[in-house]
Amino acid sequence: MNQLSLYLRFPFVQYALIVGTLIALCSSLLGVTLVLKRFSFIGDGLSHVAFGAMAAAGVMRLSDNMALVLPVTVLCAVLLLRVGQNAKIQGDASIAMLSVGALALGYLLMNLFPTSSNVSGDVCSTLFGSTSILTLSARDVWLCSVLSVLSVGAFVFFYHKIFAVTFDEAFARAAGTNAGLYNLLIAVMIAVIIALAMNLVGSLLISALVVFPALSAMRIFRSFRAVTICSACLSVCCTLAGMLIAIAAATPVGATIVAADIAAFAVFSAVGALRERNFL
Amino acid sequence: MAQLSCEKLSLGYEGHEIVGDLTFSVNAGDYLCIVGENGSGKSTLMKTILGLRAPMGGEIRVGDGLRRNEIGYLPQQTAVQRDFPASVREIVLSGCQGRAGLRPFYSRDEKKLAADNMEKLGLTALSGRCYRDLSGGQQQRVLLARALCATRKLLLLDEPVSGLDPKVTAELYLLIERLNADDGITVIMISHDVSAALRYASHILHIGQRVFFGTRDEYLKSAKGGAAT
Ligand SMILES: Nc1ncnc2c1ncn2[C@@H]1O[C@H](COP(=O)(O)OP(=O)(O)OP(=O)(O)O)[C@@H](O)[C@H]1O
Ligand SMILES: [Mg+2]
Repeated sequence: MNQLSLYLRFPFVQYALIVGTLIALCSSLLGVTLVLKRFSFIGDGLSHVAFGAMAAAGVMRLSDNMALVLPVTVLCAVLLLRVGQNAKIQGDASIAMLSVGALALGYLLMNLFPTSSNVSGDVCSTLFGSTSILTLSARDVWLCSVLSVLSVGAFVFFYHKIFAVTFDEAFARAAGTNAGLYNLLIAVMIAVIIALAMNLVGSLLISALVVFPALSAMRIFRSFRAVTICSACLSVCCTLAGMLIAIAAATPVGATIVAADIAAFAVFSAVGALRERNFL
Repeated sequence: MAQLSCEKLSLGYEGHEIVGDLTFSVNAGDYLCIVGENGSGKSTLMKTILGLRAPMGGEIRVGDGLRRNEIGYLPQQTAVQRDFPASVREIVLSGCQGRAGLRPFYSRDEKKLAADNMEKLGLTALSGRCYRDLSGGQQQRVLLARALCATRKLLLLDEPVSGLDPKVTAELYLLIERLNADDGITVIMISHDVSAALRYASHILHIGQRVFFGTRDEYLKSAKGGAAT
């Protein structure tokens, strides 16, 4: 405990907590929509694209990885949305192609042009996040804060539209809502959040951050608003708990956060099952 | 000018035509019933009118200053996911989004409208319930209330009474008649209940082997109408 409060005085720990909270908030808000729209595979595909872009940025020795990762991920999100709408069956395959391709090329690049002597360490930290969350600069924190606030703001502003488009796209379009635009907005926001979350949990574990809080909340709550709010709170709590445990126990940050999410999912599932029994 | 006119419309899927050479028009305040056998293309016509799919040929013109966000629509089937968490109130309110425009919240009037429509369809007691836990007929009523919230000039209904009990069916027909007569809302309804269609409609569109469009009296006089009644 004492040690933890000591750690909490370091600015890099504070940065990590701020960024972690913001990313957890954004990813869980959009996660509800993503899960319900059956878009979660897009999130998964995009996280691999972000890995490839991160590797490329490392090879190009960019001073700021985000300058490459962010635009590439957003671009791929837009592309995937287009492809997915045009051809139902090939949409799946194209996402698989893109994500596996990005993963393979990223790994290849990292091996061909190693930026440090420890290639497997680099790969591991890009895939699983490891400690990069603890090496954030004030600038990273600013970028993340601005983008998160924009995402949350857009989500709140368009909340009713997003609900309508998620619940029944045909009706929303018939009623004059520009569903294509909102789908695009959702895809762009998720791409931004995935690019940001690369630092927190690494590319392999991002999907967990998106999917688990939403699924947990859906075990118990039965209205869209309740599910959204619960998912956001749960995600922030799990992420904070996971980070504090990781710092205190020196475990990998990303994996600890996901473990906390899994534990919450187990608890919510159990409560949901018990409730169902009682009410039957 | 007519509120909605279709000229030489041709409908189909993947290059295969289902209905061809469909010409009719709907004026403000009309009550049009579309009848025809299963698979004759009624739902496809409605989706085309709404712009959810493109016609294979022909033209749909919209007049009288009718805008997209003034149209209420009840789909025949809604591909709502089995596990979607949404309360009745949330769904009915989402019918008001055309009115709300870009405003990020619903106004007091819109909330009242949703409450009134829930009351009309006997949903007030269910307003906090989850949509997926309702019976088929109750779900149909929720979607109807949502369609009523979206309606300002034109209401399109695809088999609105399927799955409703006789009492609610009769109430619904009365409700639609009142909307049409008192508020001047144009109604386009797909129905297999030909006797009710003939009782309430001002115009009939029959699609199938032979296409018929005209007023109810003309339909009754035509051979097809004679056979149907
Ligand atoms: N998505 C689709 N792709 C290909 N063909 C379709 C599609 N939807 C409908 N069809 C075909 O188009 C025809 C017309 O379908 P539609 O749903 O418009 O019929 P309907 O008149 O509404 O019938 P019902 O009375 O059963 O509702 C049918 O033969 C159907 O098989
Ligand atoms: Mg139909």
